[in-house]
Amino acid sequence: MSGKPKLHYINGRGRMESIRWLLAAAGVEFEECFLETKDDLTKLQKDGSLLFQQVPMVEIDGMKMVQSRAIGNYIAAKYNLYGKDLKERALIDMYVEAIIDLNELLMMYTFQPADKKQQHFANLVDKATNRYFPVFEKVLKDHEQDFLVGNQFSRADVQLLESLLMAEECKPDILAKFPLLQSFKARISNIPTIKKFLQPGSQRKPPLQEKDLPKIMKIFH
Amino acid sequence: MAGKPKLHYSNARGRMESIRWLLAAAGVEFEEQFIEKKEDLEKLRNDGYLLFQQVPMVEIDGMKMVQTRAIASYIAGKYNLYGKDLKERAWIDMYVEGTKDLMDMIMYLPFQPADTKGKNLALIIERATTRYFPVYEKVLKDHGQDYLVGNKLSWADINLLEAILMVEECKPDILSAFPLLQAFKGRTSNIPTIKKFLQPGSQRKPPMDEKTVAIVKKIYGI
Repeated sequence: MSGKPKLHYINGRGRMESIRWLLAAAGVEFEECFLETKDDLTKLQKDGSLLFQQVPMVEIDGMKMVQSRAIGNYIAAKYNLYGKDLKERALIDMYVEAIIDLNELLMMYTFQPADKKQQHFANLVDKATNRYFPVFEKVLKDHEQDFLVGNQFSRADVQLLESLLMAEECKPDILAKFPLLQSFKARISNIPTIKKFLQPGSQRKPPLQEKDLPKIMKIFH
Repeated sequence: MAGKPKLHYSNARGRMESIRWLLAAAGVEFEEQFIEKKEDLEKLRNDGYLLFQQVPMVEIDGMKMVQTRAIASYIAGKYNLYGKDLKERAWIDMYVEGTKDLMDMIMYLPFQPADTKGKNLALIIERATTRYFPVYEKVLKDHGQDYLVGNKLSWADINLLEAILMVEECKPDILSAFPLLQAFKGRTSNIPTIKKFLQPGSQRKPPMDEKTVAIVKKIYGI
């Protein structure tokens, strides 16, 4: 049935956050059903609601969609955030896949054992500032447009902003050498739907804290 | 420029194999430039060919495409293997992501510590037979059609066949409880472009052997 999309996940960022960002950016209201215990997950599995027994799962347009990339692709296309043709989509996909790689590094930081944290942090900063950010800085420099692809707001812009903010949470001055990314950040943050999502009280989730880890591990393991 | 797509990767399956399958299934001839030592990778990087310093990279339609999924999506879209509308694409994406998760487990196997191999292999078999294959068996059973989505060959079918064959290399009788997948395998393998790809001498790559594992580890510093 039509109605608001319904998100099934833990009350945390994880693999659902990018989907929350996309829906919010598109101005789509959504509901959330949080997994609090292992039983909540088991129930969904037993119901046959999870195609591969995993979350994220999003009820949308009569489907119970799983696999975060599949969900992201569907939402982006449905709400015209996926470029105007195959080649623009190709560029958006390339950028988004790289951002997902970076986000994995950022998200995994909290899960590192104490003795691995420093090395992980160093790797994270190195990849962000030497591999990923320079690419997007250059893209913006080369075409001088407000958005990454096709002079039009797209999923790539949404996901990049999400990533920039997460990176700053790890290291507040991480954008010091990237003036165009700084102005990109300000500009995209000011888009009304995104501005709203960035305000307290929105469905945006806070960073994972170490104290939340045991509860999450219990649900999934 | 038009011309054959050119694939840059090691002479191995890895992350490029699914792209080879797609191109082959679509009947698209392609060239390959193999990375055989670290210097080959460094050269690509220094030449500015790799957007994020990584392979796979595919030169296609004037682009130097990187990121496996981006490349595969483009090829699927271009050669009409991505369904007829948004919802069919959604199902194709879901199915492909599922088989990819399974194939990734197999891909990582040679690179894991020797003492975990047995456990990891057991997990692959378990996942294949309890999490993934039952889904596809049911899809085929429910609609009674030859293909997974929209009664037409798509990326999902090609990816599933690739996954089935890979898991069979781990355990030859893995499809014993899945009669519809067995029929699917037979049928899809007989599609002319795919049949050709499955023959000796094609650009399909063999499973990793120890020698290739060593080369790959050296190139990528893993």
